Amino acid sequence: MYDFQYHRPTSLDEASRMLSGAEEASFIAGGQTLLQTLRQRLAQPSDVVDLGGIAELRGISREGDNVVIGAMSRHNEVAGSADVAGAIPALATLAGGIGDAQVRNMGTIGGSIANNDPAADYPAGLLGLGATVVTNNREIPADDFFVDMFETALEPGEIIRSVRFPVPQRAGYVKFDQPASRYALVGVMVSQGAGGVRVAVTGAGPSVFRVSEMEDALGRDFSADAIAGIRIPSDGLNADIHGSPEYRAHLVTVIAQRAVNAALQAH
Amino acid sequence: MKVSMTVNGKAASADVEPRTLLVEYLRDHLELTGTHVGCDTGQCGACTVHLDGRAVKACSVLAGQAEGAEVTTIEGLANGSEELHPMQAAFREYHGLQCGFCTPGMVMAAVDLVKTHPGASDETIREQLEGNICRCTGYENIVRAVKAGAASMGGQ
Amino acid sequence: MSDQDTAIGAPAKRKEDRRFLTGEGRYTDDIDLHGQVYAYFLRSPHAHARINGIDTSEAMNAPGVLAIFTGEDLAADGVGGLPCGWEITDVNGEPMKEPPHPPLAQGKVRYVGDHVAVVIAESYYQAKDAAELVDVDYDMLDAVVSPADALEPGKPLVHDDIPNNQCYVWELGDRGAVDDAFDKAAHVTRLDLVNNRLIPNALEPRAAVANYSKGEDQYTLYTTSQNPHVIRLLMSAFVLNLPEHKVRVVAPDVGGGFGSKIFHYAEEAVLTWASRKVGRPIKWTAERVESFLSDAHGRDHVTHAELALDENGKFLAMRVDTKANMGAYLSTFASSVPTILYATLLAGQYTTPAIHCQVTAAFTNTSPVDAYRGAGRPEATYVVERLVSAAGREMGLDQAEIRRRNFIPKDAFPYQTPVALNYDVGDYDATLTEAMKVADVDGFDARRQEALRRGRYRGLGYSTYIEACGLAPSNIAGALGARAGLYEAGEIRLHPTGKVTVFTGSHSHGQGHETTFAQIVSDRLGLPFDDVEVVHGDTDRIAFGMGTYGSRSLAVGGSALMKALDKVIDKSRKIAAHMLEASEADIEYADGVFKVAGTDKSITTAEIAFSAYVPHNYPLEELEPGLDESAFYDPTNFTYPAGSHICEVEVDPETGKVQVVNFTAVDDFGNVINPMIVEGQVHGGLAQGIGQALLEGCVYDPESGQLVTGTYMDYTMPRADDLPSFKVGTKNTPCTHNPLGVKGCGEAGAIGSPPAVIDAIIDALAPLGVTNLDMPATPARVWEAINKAGATRAA
Repeated sequence: MYDFQYHRPTSLDEASRMLSGAEEASFIAGGQTLLQTLRQRLAQPSDVVDLGGIAELRGISREGDNVVIGAMSRHNEVAGSADVAGAIPALATLAGGIGDAQVRNMGTIGGSIANNDPAADYPAGLLGLGATVVTNNREIPADDFFVDMFETALEPGEIIRSVRFPVPQRAGYVKFDQPASRYALVGVMVSQGAGGVRVAVTGAGPSVFRVSEMEDALGRDFSADAIAGIRIPSDGLNADIHGSPEYRAHLVTVIAQRAVNAALQAH
Repeated sequence: MKVSMTVNGKAASADVEPRTLLVEYLRDHLELTGTHVGCDTGQCGACTVHLDGRAVKACSVLAGQAEGAEVTTIEGLANGSEELHPMQAAFREYHGLQCGFCTPGMVMAAVDLVKTHPGASDETIREQLEGNICRCTGYENIVRAVKAGAASMGGQ
Repeated sequence: MSDQDTAIGAPAKRKEDRRFLTGEGRYTDDIDLHGQVYAYFLRSPHAHARINGIDTSEAMNAPGVLAIFTGEDLAADGVGGLPCGWEITDVNGEPMKEPPHPPLAQGKVRYVGDHVAVVIAESYYQAKDAAELVDVDYDMLDAVVSPADALEPGKPLVHDDIPNNQCYVWELGDRGAVDDAFDKAAHVTRLDLVNNRLIPNALEPRAAVANYSKGEDQYTLYTTSQNPHVIRLLMSAFVLNLPEHKVRVVAPDVGGGFGSKIFHYAEEAVLTWASRKVGRPIKWTAERVESFLSDAHGRDHVTHAELALDENGKFLAMRVDTKANMGAYLSTFASSVPTILYATLLAGQYTTPAIHCQVTAAFTNTSPVDAYRGAGRPEATYVVERLVSAAGREMGLDQAEIRRRNFIPKDAFPYQTPVALNYDVGDYDATLTEAMKVADVDGFDARRQEALRRGRYRGLGYSTYIEACGLAPSNIAGALGARAGLYEAGEIRLHPTGKVTVFTGSHSHGQGHETTFAQIVSDRLGLPFDDVEVVHGDTDRIAFGMGTYGSRSLAVGGSALMKALDKVIDKSRKIAAHMLEASEADIEYADGVFKVAGTDKSITTAEIAFSAYVPHNYPLEELEPGLDESAFYDPTNFTYPAGSHICEVEVDPETGKVQVVNFTAVDDFGNVINPMIVEGQVHGGLAQGIGQALLEGCVYDPESGQLVTGTYMDYTMPRADDLPSFKVGTKNTPCTHNPLGVKGCGEAGAIGSPPAVIDAIIDALAPLGVTNLDMPATPARVWEAINKAGATRAA
């Protein structure tokens, strides 16, 4: 790890100021990805601004038809939240399957989505549930938030406050692990709610994406059989030693069907 | 920068570079070498300690992030008693360790597991230990030890 | 006092556990010496490149830097290359090609991770920061990473003067007899097999702390080694040209080895040498990425194998052609692994009358390859058992039946195989019968049907393996090319108070010697277990030792202790005779008590020890005082652990994911000293074998030579939820030629299990047309195999 200046602000304003005053700064939320990146010397920020001291970024609550999760909420807090389990059990399942127990005790929803790892779980959760990202100066729908691999719509200095999830009628999340890292080789969030059916896939492509053909089919008939024959094209999907694009494309259908079944079982 | 926290019930303080990881703070500055480093990617779990009562990987936390926190390492698990903590005793009883390198992290993870998953089945224990790699035991005796340790902890 | 049964055969809890469980273990990285500085090794980012020059001037000016050394500095000081400990003779009678292996590269780098320079600074971060300022001028060269590729004409040469990258071609067996048998065969089974390359990944990364003490002119090296005396010998005699008696090597607590810590590594020699240059103790601890790049890897064979059978499924002959990867340089025992430790095991448990094996070893632009848990024997077992299972399927013979038709019968021992080994004892049918019972083979069909109703395919795979442990006799090994002896040393020191210190040349890095050896000594001397302390891992405390590998510690190291114990008891008998005023012939010994036969006159071992050190009533005219005996033990034969593994898997055909649902291992380890520890060794071996079969595979990019599986993000380590709960048992026949009757158990799990796993998957997917599958059987690979078989069937 290269050395850096470390800051621990206690308010959003202070954090924003620290960031803009620095040469090249990184926020650190839970740090479960950032610190490993820094340890491997893959990044060299001049300043690291720790968001862990900002109380207003914490907390999980049910607000009407939404569940609002503070950006600094740890994965284990989301997984164990009665509000989440009651309203969107699929989200609790998703959070409870991120990384491992120790990672879940530190890692945060804000950190995860700001990083937008192509194989992370939360991007599929947000996109598949039609969530909205609330920052210190605006609201960004999930559809606009995840731009590309490790790239989001966040502006420099912009800080995620919370994520607002509309409560769906039903939802299911299933992840098929990459065997070594245990990130998603393919992870699919399927939901049906006021906004219709959403199917979001992580792990398979350079960034999380929706599968409209499946959404349409499930809109007509919310059953695993309805999408059994839908194969997404393998062009542009990720290729590595753990799976070819063809394998990932195949898995998207298999895992999406299982996510549908999970949604039907949960509700 | 100066970093202060409570480690194994005692106030600890050291002047460190900002890039210092919690595990480096413990090993190099406090000479608590029971917490081990087995990888650089946050996966092996050998460095697991308790931060404010929850298991975390001390290689994935900056010392600065633990400012003011309560940290427990394997050296402090038995609260200074000569007797082993029930989980430590169970690992000995069930031969849940061989070379001993992953053991401190495994025991610390297991103690947290008992808190979060009381009465866990073998399957749950195996799933919840996915953040800890052991190369020696094949995990069989670790699972037995965690189960026995959980029973003797009595849901603590 | 111990409140447990610690006799030989009892599952005594381990002495070493308390320190490991309380964080008081002392591993190499836990050692800090006064005035210590830190080393960072700058490694090659390229698989193959010429070094035109190295400019260290900017780095030397970086904060905290004390010195930077390159290969030229070592050469100027007369530092030699890292030696290979086993010379293989090529089929044409020439010695193998043995290229120089400089501890820091000279002229060329030959794999990603090859050592280019060492930076020594006041702190580790300073050393690492400065290393980025070292400017190395490289000319990139094409790389070659697979042994099959490397041996093709016209490929890049790893060593400019070694044609076709060929280290040696070696053969064993009677080619003519094999050819004749194949001509007469009713059936021939043919397989192309890949034994996947593995990265050992002991959880403790390698580390070293070196110190030169000017006043005493003494070097001390703390290092993560399985055999500190061997490191001292190789480093002083071949690399640094130091007087051996001025070098102390300590291997303190070591966090697992699995073979990867046998070898003498560049970092050890460079640190030792540099500590004198710099005048400060130097520490180096590998980051995990360095372990991935520069620990010796394991396996990496490509094999074509054929088995000839008669119409009854009786084996007539076996023919094996293997290409083995040596990596860029010959590591300490690299050359022996695919030859002596491999081809000699191809008879397996069977009466195959004729076997021929040819091995071609190749240099490649990859990390050196050497012994990893099992070393040659897992590769042999994989060939034999995959062939046998395939033959059974092809001929419509039940997997147990084809094995039973070919087992060496239990009354046929000693049994001379056609590939040099002479098996002393065994009962192969007994382990198979027991394993089938434990695995509930009878109930399998019902389980298979039940799984099918859930859309899952179940299969059963067998492996009835043999291995050779306790690598033995030194003179025969020498005739086969070993450049070292293969005995072990031990010493039993009784103290005046009846306490005992045991010194062993074996090294424990997880095996529990401090417990097992104490059980033997306490049992034989009739002294309390808690009064026996076992010391290992320090060349200053232990006279000599060959260390721990090849499941040899108990069979060879334990036998050395038994010999020393015999000497202690013999001497004690003489002392007892004197003290009890009886003739030596009348002294009976049992359980720590020396007794005059037919009387109630007796004396204990502890009393004799006191008398030996306070020799007032003592036969001084015929005996020296003191009670401290040492012994060297050189085995007369290998030991032959054997067993039967049965694996049951369930495959999800939609994803290709394989779950091992049952794994049974019934082994014959000879006598067992501590069944708890033996069981633990089997568990660990199984995890590594199942890991090889399902999860682990080292991948180098064939173009760039970069290590693709360079972290735990891509190299799949077995985790708790990847593995089943194992069912293990033993059916033991005591070894006939060592005093403990033991065979060794450390590697059996890793040796026997991989073919059982793969054949279970093939069995499961046979209804879908799958007939072959390579390791690791990852979900993607299994899914592709199902797809390919489906496409073939559809066509």
